[in-house]
Amino acid sequence: MSGLSFLLSLAYLGLALWAPGALSNLFGLGALGATALLRLPPQTRILNLALLTLAFTLGLWRSGNTLGLIGLVGILVALSTLPRIPTWIRALLGLAILLISVPLAGFANTFIFELGIQIGIYAAMALGLNVVVGMAGLLDLGYAAFFAVGAYTWAIFGSPQAQNFMQGNFPLPGEYMYPFMLIAIVTTAITGLLIGLPAVRLRGDYLAIVTLGLGEVVRILANNLDHPINLTNGPQGITPVERPPIGWFEDLIGSLGIQLDATTDYQLFFYLLVLLMIGLVVLVNLNLANSRFGRAWAAIREDEIAARSMGIPLLPTKLIAFMTGAAFSGAMGVIFAAQRTFVSPESFTLLASITILAMVILGGMGSIPGAILGAATLTILNLDILKTFSEFVRTNLPQIPSQVDPAKYERLVFGLILVLMMIFRPTGLIPERRHRAEMEEE
Amino acid sequence: MLEQILALLPQVIFDGLVLGFVYAMVALGYTMVYGVLELINFAHAEIFMIGAVVGVEVFRYLGPQIENGLILLLVALILAGAISGATAILVERFAYRPLRKRGTTNRLVPLVTAIGVSFVLQDLVRLIEGLWHNEFFLRMRTVEDLEGSFDLFGGAIFVQSKSLIVIVVSILMLLGLTYLVNRTKLGVAIRAVAQDLQTASLMGIDPDRIISRTFLIGGSLGGVAGVLFALQYTIITPYVGFLPGIKAFTAAVLGGIGNIPGAMLGGLVLGQLENFFGTYLPILTNGNLGTEYKDVVAFLLLVFILLVRPQGLLGQVVREKV
Repeated sequence: MSGLSFLLSLAYLGLALWAPGALSNLFGLGALGATALLRLPPQTRILNLALLTLAFTLGLWRSGNTLGLIGLVGILVALSTLPRIPTWIRALLGLAILLISVPLAGFANTFIFELGIQIGIYAAMALGLNVVVGMAGLLDLGYAAFFAVGAYTWAIFGSPQAQNFMQGNFPLPGEYMYPFMLIAIVTTAITGLLIGLPAVRLRGDYLAIVTLGLGEVVRILANNLDHPINLTNGPQGITPVERPPIGWFEDLIGSLGIQLDATTDYQLFFYLLVLLMIGLVVLVNLNLANSRFGRAWAAIREDEIAARSMGIPLLPTKLIAFMTGAAFSGAMGVIFAAQRTFVSPESFTLLASITILAMVILGGMGSIPGAILGAATLTILNLDILKTFSEFVRTNLPQIPSQVDPAKYERLVFGLILVLMMIFRPTGLIPERRHRAEMEEE
Repeated sequence: MLEQILALLPQVIFDGLVLGFVYAMVALGYTMVYGVLELINFAHAEIFMIGAVVGVEVFRYLGPQIENGLILLLVALILAGAISGATAILVERFAYRPLRKRGTTNRLVPLVTAIGVSFVLQDLVRLIEGLWHNEFFLRMRTVEDLEGSFDLFGGAIFVQSKSLIVIVVSILMLLGLTYLVNRTKLGVAIRAVAQDLQTASLMGIDPDRIISRTFLIGGSLGGVAGVLFALQYTIITPYVGFLPGIKAFTAAVLGGIGNIPGAMLGGLVLGQLENFFGTYLPILTNGNLGTEYKDVVAFLLLVFILLVRPQGLLGQVVREKV
């Protein structure tokens, strides 16, 4: 068994060297599957994973085929879920993938940076929503509203937009983005308080409906606050939004011997920035889960009445969960606005809220690696697989009408994922310990 | 300004009434399912949308064949009721029943399922309409018989005959439903299941069958409402169900969810409020706040009711079992 899987991995490394592309990457995914599912001794498994990391990196670097990225995500999942792998190896391989493999792949195909950034932004938001839904058990269907508030906070002041209602020199220079991330955390936390104060008094279903309604209110406001005072520029959205200057960053990577064009520079910069943010969010999440609040949230989630009888103050505890989740989303909103240099109400619809919710549920409510995996899966599915599949259908099967274009059926796919997950695996792909125990009890 | 407001008032009240009856019809579907299963059937908005799409298709294909507009409408209502009802049964069978069988007590699970179903239905309709007509922005074909209109009170109110149809059909539906729930054997069984599912099944009631029937009734009412909505507001897309759906839910909550006359009352109140704000906000604020804010009013109203009187206007307080 172990010899076979080792040979498979080695074969893929050869393939990645001599014939990189979609087919060899598909073979690599097979080899990864074999490594993860066969009963292997830990040493073989570690060796295999390291070989596969090298091979996927090579394949990505030489061909830019995005299937390789799925392989890398798979290796990350394997690292975080497979038993008996020493921590230092996990950390080393994980960092190598995030800091070396993905950037190398990105130089070959900048779309991979774009994917990485989007996955990162969504992952950070899914982690934020995970605090609300997963830890505290409050179903929030208006989460994109906080993202919107964060994005507009920077978009309005980081573009000439603010001149419409304020004296002063706008746009603010790009380096103001960093303090604005803090400001956005404050504004979204306040929005979270405003939405949460009426909403969290309600239970379960009603809370969901009310957050959905208030989320829509924020979107309607973004859509219509172009008169009487032009705050948000209405449906046209705001563009261009300033980006932080990255001269120091160019010097830094230049001294490492990497010379890039301006676009790729920014992509790499935002990729690393998003990684840093995820690191921070994960740290905060871990600390919260083990804090007084984390335990209070779990208690409320399991049994509200029992929690109240134990002296946990319901309203403040729930509100803090709501505000924490909102704040994460606000900070990511600022990065989102700067990275795309464009903000419009289109990005903050109910679909966006549900997408983030689907990420949390797919990964496993309350589970940190789960939320990240959920974000990666759905973003790759939506931005890459469905689009590639559409292109494939269009070029190879032109007799199929364009109305069946798979890229247009994002909702169908998300909907099916939600329904099937709820029926067959409500704990998610990487369940959290306590959630799993809870579900098994039933 | 005051004269302008007063001059418009009768028309505003009448239009609000028509809108209110549409909401009320959809709200009946939410309320029935909630009464029995305590489930917010999010997908009901899409059942409503399917009814509207069926209505458009019937008018498109049978319109040239059937001369009489009223008969055409009747055919549309029956077909839409049947198709929507069938869809509702399928949704219950394949999405909600497996959850019930597993006995999940987590409230988030069925709600998330309902959202998923709702997304699936939207895109399925989009797929079908796309393949069929190469478009999914559907326009209701007009039929001359149904396009009549007249003035009331010396021109103060402009009444379209299709508005009258909306009002008549929804009153008939309310009466029929009240009769069904209070006087028939099926009604007794539905109420028994709503009261206590386990005990009802001990009394020789098959809960699955009753729940299925409840979805059938709620779904067909939603379908009928969809046709009337299409007739009244003419443009239909696969995503048209969302706003009326959420407002009908608001109406159901406003009236007291699970309560049938309450759903009707809630729909009427919401229709009035929404139409009132939709018409007068631009006038009162000199055009600074547009009609779009009427949706904001509806949502804020929902929050307000839930905080002040969560059991709704006609609802009873449900004691929490510990």
